[in-house]
Amino acid sequence: MDLENQKRVKDLAEEYGPENIVVLLGASEAEASGLAAETVTAGDPTFAGPLTGVSLGLKVYHVCEPEVKAEFDEGVYDEQVSMMEMVLDVDEICNEMQSIREQYCKY
Amino acid sequence: MNSIIKGCGYILVHTPDMVVHNGTTQTTERIVNPDGDYLKALPSHLRTYEQALHYAPNQTYIGNMTPDDLAEMAQPFYDKPVENAARVGEFGEIMPEGEFYLLMQAADVFDLVHLDKDFVAATKPAFAANNEVITEDIVARIKEGDELSHIEHLVNDEHAEGLYLDDKLVGCVARAHDIDVNLTAHIMHENLVSKASSILALLYAVRNAGIDKSEIEYVIDCSEEAVGDMNQRGGGNLAKSAAEIAGLSGASGSDLRAFCAAPTHALIEAASLVKAGTYKCVAVTAGGSTAKLGMNGKDHVKKGTPILEDMVGGFSIIISENDGVNPEINLDMVGRHTVGTGSSPQAVISSLVTDPLDRHGMKILDIDKYSPEMQNPDITKPAGAGDVPLANYKMIGALAAKRGEMTPKDLGNFVAQHGLTGWAPTQGHIPSGVPYVGFAKKDILAGKIKNAMIIGKGSLFLGRMTNLFDGVSFVIQGNTGKDEANSGVSEEEVKSLIAQALRDFASSLMAE
Repeated sequence: MDLENQKRVKDLAEEYGPENIVVLLGASEAEASGLAAETVTAGDPTFAGPLTGVSLGLKVYHVCEPEVKAEFDEGVYDEQVSMMEMVLDVDEICNEMQSIREQYCKY
Repeated sequence: MNSIIKGCGYILVHTPDMVVHNGTTQTTERIVNPDGDYLKALPSHLRTYEQALHYAPNQTYIGNMTPDDLAEMAQPFYDKPVENAARVGEFGEIMPEGEFYLLMQAADVFDLVHLDKDFVAATKPAFAANNEVITEDIVARIKEGDELSHIEHLVNDEHAEGLYLDDKLVGCVARAHDIDVNLTAHIMHENLVSKASSILALLYAVRNAGIDKSEIEYVIDCSEEAVGDMNQRGGGNLAKSAAEIAGLSGASGSDLRAFCAAPTHALIEAASLVKAGTYKCVAVTAGGSTAKLGMNGKDHVKKGTPILEDMVGGFSIIISENDGVNPEINLDMVGRHTVGTGSSPQAVISSLVTDPLDRHGMKILDIDKYSPEMQNPDITKPAGAGDVPLANYKMIGALAAKRGEMTPKDLGNFVAQHGLTGWAPTQGHIPSGVPYVGFAKKDILAGKIKNAMIIGKGSLFLGRMTNLFDGVSFVIQGNTGKDEANSGVSEEEVKSLIAQALRDFASSLMAE
């Protein structure tokens, strides 16, 4: 995850409390989604950014996961996300996200 | 009368030592983790010139292989050296690092590039050998050279940026000012690399267009470096600076910056300037980026692949008045990502692909080839970024399926028929849409395809001025003739036909 984004996630978690933060991802691959999710839960696995060694344990979802999709207005989702839903390997992404949440999510 | 694509130059420079000394992944690592495993492992992952030369995506970039040849190869490409590889191809060449240092000196007009005299003596004959492109006036700019001790002094005591060959110091770029942070040796090095690679691309584009250098009236540089001092950091005109050394004595020029989308913006502007009659012949040009060398190096080392981001890229495309032969840029079919478009991939692709097509009553399948971000998947896949062109084709195909032009089952076929396998180095602006322009020109002239859409996209957030996304697109099509009045239907005729149709419709309603 981009170092600047790590810093923003860290600052927001400090300002509002980690229990009040949900990180929403839109990465195009399961591996990239998993890495980003790991960064905001267990800490930066690349040991490069501000979240190195910082386990925020935030709630983190990919925009294509059913829990998130259910929160959207159908029309907006169709206009903004449905094309990518056809393109992405949604099952693989969901499995990866779930696995990261089960391991590291604290909330 | 539409502007046409007169000629294209595509060049690469193999720069393994610049990977180590100038790529930001490596320079950052030297600050934060100087004794780490990555920097220790890096040298054993660097490719030789021969390896880079025989690398299929590089041979494709300079036109010795076609995108179809590349698509037939199994991935990854790095472990499958191609036979019949050559340094010079139809579009340009792959220059070795040592010779490029000489070109950097030729590009330098402020005595900033210093080279070891033994190195110059050993390298100059090879540099001057390709006299069709590297003309005498350029060779004449190479100085005899300095004692190595002087270069060592500049690097050790005067903050000069070293130039290395096989990890041995052979030259340096001196700082251009003692305190101005925009004229440091690091920045002068970065700008001179961009300038020199742009010059090489311009020289090949002129050769390939078969025109005289004096015919070029305007040059637009669309690279990603900022040229200026502390009072005007991005003051610019790398374009005119490169044109000077390339010998384009009749050219003025200016720089255009828009991150990775810049080349497509620049081509649209060049085509517009020519169509408007402002200039008859405009060159769009860009050199490469040292900062991006080895950008994904950590992943490449971790996955056991060579460092594949060891190439500085450059391209130049010459746009001229309609000659009745060469493919045209259709400016009536320009796609734009606007301030109000939004940043979801769906909104982006719609604005760039379907909006311009809809305006012309065309369908996604009516465009034979799409050229979006043409990054080489060998580089991006080990870095977890996937196959970037493929992801783009899937998005365009998914949009076609959503619009009912095909079924989702046809997606695979769509990618194979309307897509390309990426071959461009990950140099930001270099892979962005433009690598295919040379092949599109050829394929349209050969009747292999009738049109192609070039799509440039840019991530503006990197400059921290806006979170907006950016992109533009245009369509290249076969030549419709010099004289538009004789080529098809005029706007007036279309209006009168529509009016007639409406009158007929109204009278049929009244009759009912």
